[in-house]
Amino acid sequence: MDLISYLPFSLPHPALLAAGVLEGTVLAAVLALTALGLSIVFGIMRVVNVAHGEFYMLGAVLAWFITHTVSGTVGGPPWLGFGIALIVAPLVVASMAAATDWLVLKRLDYDPEATIVATIGILYIIQQLALTFYGPDARPVEAPFDFRVQTPWFGYSGYKLSVVGAAILLMLVVWLVLTRTKIGLIMRATQYDRETAQAFGIPVDKVYAGVFALGAGLAAIGAVLIVPIQQAHYLMGGDPLLLSFIVVILGGLGSLRGTLVAAIFIGLSDGIISTLYEPTLAKILATLLVAMVLVFRPQGLFGARAA
Amino acid sequence: MAAVAQLSAEGLVKDFGGLRAVDVAAFTLNKGEIRAVIGPNGAGKTTFVSLLCGRFPPTAGRITFEGRDITAMPAHERVASGIAYTFQITSIFGNLSLYDNVALPAQRRVTLDGGGHVRERAMAALERVGLADRSREIASSQSYGHQRLLEVAMGLALGPKVLILDEPTQGLADSEIADFITLIREVAQETTILLIEHNMPVVMALAETITVLDQGRILAEGTPDAIRENAAVQTAYLGG
Amino acid sequence: MIRSILLHSFVIAALVALEPVLSEYHHGNLARIMVLAVYATGYNLLFGYTGLLSLGHAMFFAAGMYGCALMIRLAEWSVGPAFVVGVICALIAGIVVGFLALRTIGVGFMIVTLMFAEAAYLTILYYNEYTRGDEGFTIAQSVRTIGGLDLSDTTTRYFAALTLFSICLIASAAVVQSKAGRVLVAIRENEDRVRMLGFDPFRYKLLALVLSAVMAGAAGAAYAVLFGYAGASFAAVQYSIFPLLWVLLGGPGTTLGPLLGTVLMFYLVDYASGTIMPGLAGMVETQFGIEAPGLASAYLLLVGVALVLLVLFAPRGLLGTVRARMIPWLP
Repeated sequence: MDLISYLPFSLPHPALLAAGVLEGTVLAAVLALTALGLSIVFGIMRVVNVAHGEFYMLGAVLAWFITHTVSGTVGGPPWLGFGIALIVAPLVVASMAAATDWLVLKRLDYDPEATIVATIGILYIIQQLALTFYGPDARPVEAPFDFRVQTPWFGYSGYKLSVVGAAILLMLVVWLVLTRTKIGLIMRATQYDRETAQAFGIPVDKVYAGVFALGAGLAAIGAVLIVPIQQAHYLMGGDPLLLSFIVVILGGLGSLRGTLVAAIFIGLSDGIISTLYEPTLAKILATLLVAMVLVFRPQGLFGARAA
Repeated sequence: MAAVAQLSAEGLVKDFGGLRAVDVAAFTLNKGEIRAVIGPNGAGKTTFVSLLCGRFPPTAGRITFEGRDITAMPAHERVASGIAYTFQITSIFGNLSLYDNVALPAQRRVTLDGGGHVRERAMAALERVGLADRSREIASSQSYGHQRLLEVAMGLALGPKVLILDEPTQGLADSEIADFITLIREVAQETTILLIEHNMPVVMALAETITVLDQGRILAEGTPDAIRENAAVQTAYLGG
Repeated sequence: MIRSILLHSFVIAALVALEPVLSEYHHGNLARIMVLAVYATGYNLLFGYTGLLSLGHAMFFAAGMYGCALMIRLAEWSVGPAFVVGVICALIAGIVVGFLALRTIGVGFMIVTLMFAEAAYLTILYYNEYTRGDEGFTIAQSVRTIGGLDLSDTTTRYFAALTLFSICLIASAAVVQSKAGRVLVAIRENEDRVRMLGFDPFRYKLLALVLSAVMAGAAGAAYAVLFGYAGASFAAVQYSIFPLLWVLLGGPGTTLGPLLGTVLMFYLVDYASGTIMPGLAGMVETQFGIEAPGLASAYLLLVGVALVLLVLFAPRGLLGTVRARMIPWLP
């Protein structure tokens, strides 16, 4: 923390700093989930999914619709609506992503540049459809439970802490699936060499659709978890997209460990900085850093197959 | 005529990962000769000539061209200074016309010379390989043999001092090969030729000296007759 | 060559001839379209001819716009010199970004340009004090004059936009039909081969990028002085996507494609946001009983749909298809 002394700001009160660290931890957890989705899609399919943030937004907006319906129309308790949203929203988003893969990306034969242009188009389509049916307002979702964890200095939301727990749990599951199961093996084989995998009878089309669905689903879960903390809004996809890009590029291509480390680093610093200081300056520096990493250490992300 | 060294390499090494693809202690190409490089598949022939023309940097060693050390010179400058390379895998501009394909190297030469006519030069190159009447056609619509010839024409339009041809007769019909041999003899009047070739009749018909590569090293070097008699070469080819 | 000169002269003459017959509304639209078509023409030099897909051109547009507008607002310079400053800002940005971003290829180049543009956009927001951020600032009508001509007057504005567009169209046609242009196209087709023909691809790519940035900057500066406004939204990602869309629609690698794409997309979005979307919104709510509170303002939906359809079904765009099917000499 030597760095703090060089900052052109006064040192904050320890309690405020602790609060910043906690907020940062929550952000880091959700960011790690979202970025993991982007990283898996890039790592296995070599597709840069610019619409990733919109799948995130869609998860949040669907969570609002579901919880709103359950509590408003049916009169169920908040935990019920949230529980349903946590399962249904990611599944809906994942199936939409699979359909996108089938209808668009596959037809482009996963050409890297064409898929970027296409996912930019998909970004606008999803975002504008959300604007159409959800409207321009930001709307809150009630947390499924409400208790405070008391520390000697301040109380802290128990829900936020459980978000961190849930994110860690989910990432462990993804990690285990990718490294210890047959599905994971098939995915890695496809990543290694698409043609050979196909020759060995791996249904590459289905693997790709599944991977794209998984990536979008992870973003949607992250969004459902965050939506009781931040409100659902049709433009909320921009920030997680930018941060996920930063995380994936800094963490290194397809490296799950790198993605996690970078997510924790970026999430924490973003949390601390945006709680305490000017966030725009931090974002400027982060985007420039990412550009420089790509220029001077391209092997980190877009290595031998970047052509 | 005494032999004048034009392009030479010393201690040239290229590693890919842990694999030593090229390890050539000494190689000299003399001005005006036709040299063939032969060797079994995977002997490092293409890698070796790619180092000479600068497509990638060597791990170690030194390359000299007309007395200048060109080891650190980027590929495009080597080409500009007179080393032309035609690709083994046909590498033409498929969406452009045959004329535009040769006009590019022609305009490069004209710019370097500070004078001359791009159009004349380009058409002359097409004329030499017999494609002049097709100059307006699109390159990708041509037969494989014609695309190989276009590739050679692009090399010729550069007016190089050394022309490196990487398996130029691959996929050509027998009649086309006969014409090709005549063409190379003609070109060799003013240009040094370094030829990678699998087709032994072509090698024997053209080469004055043959360099045999095996596992990245020079196994033998000599006249066609000497190479034909060489026991080590026979072992490398037939498997000992 | 002669056919090409005739074609471009005809298009410019047609734009001159249109001026007296246009209604006030279309008059303003077309002036705006011509300025944006300058932006697209520059983008096309890089993307359509050289094959480099930038996702960050808004930074060059914004460099021109702010370079010019801030000189007028803060230093009280007159329009002419301020315009030149804007173009120089874009030139410098192009050189710096080029030297860095051109070390990468393909997807790397796209992401690097995107990141630089995002940093530029955030910088404009950060210096809110001078730039007034998203809200932007207007340039008073009284200072928008050049050589005694009032640039806010519709006819003058139209001809000012047309002059700039004509210069850029002719420059672009001249470049792509020059020797250097032939190298640019060859780089798009096969960069490695170009290198092995003795050309340094980096120099040519830098040339294309800088020319492209200068045109984008000229468009940005012209927008500021002709329409009297500068705002951060012109630096946002969306303004990097627009020229890509216009060029894709009109035909990448055709000199007139950028103008055609800009005209079509401008009127499509204009018509959609003014007529189609509000009508549709009413219909959806009364006929189907579905709540669609944002439909009337969701005109960007068209941008998304157009991008996906173009990349899937017509990657050559309109004029590219015309060239492939009917008129092979189209420049």
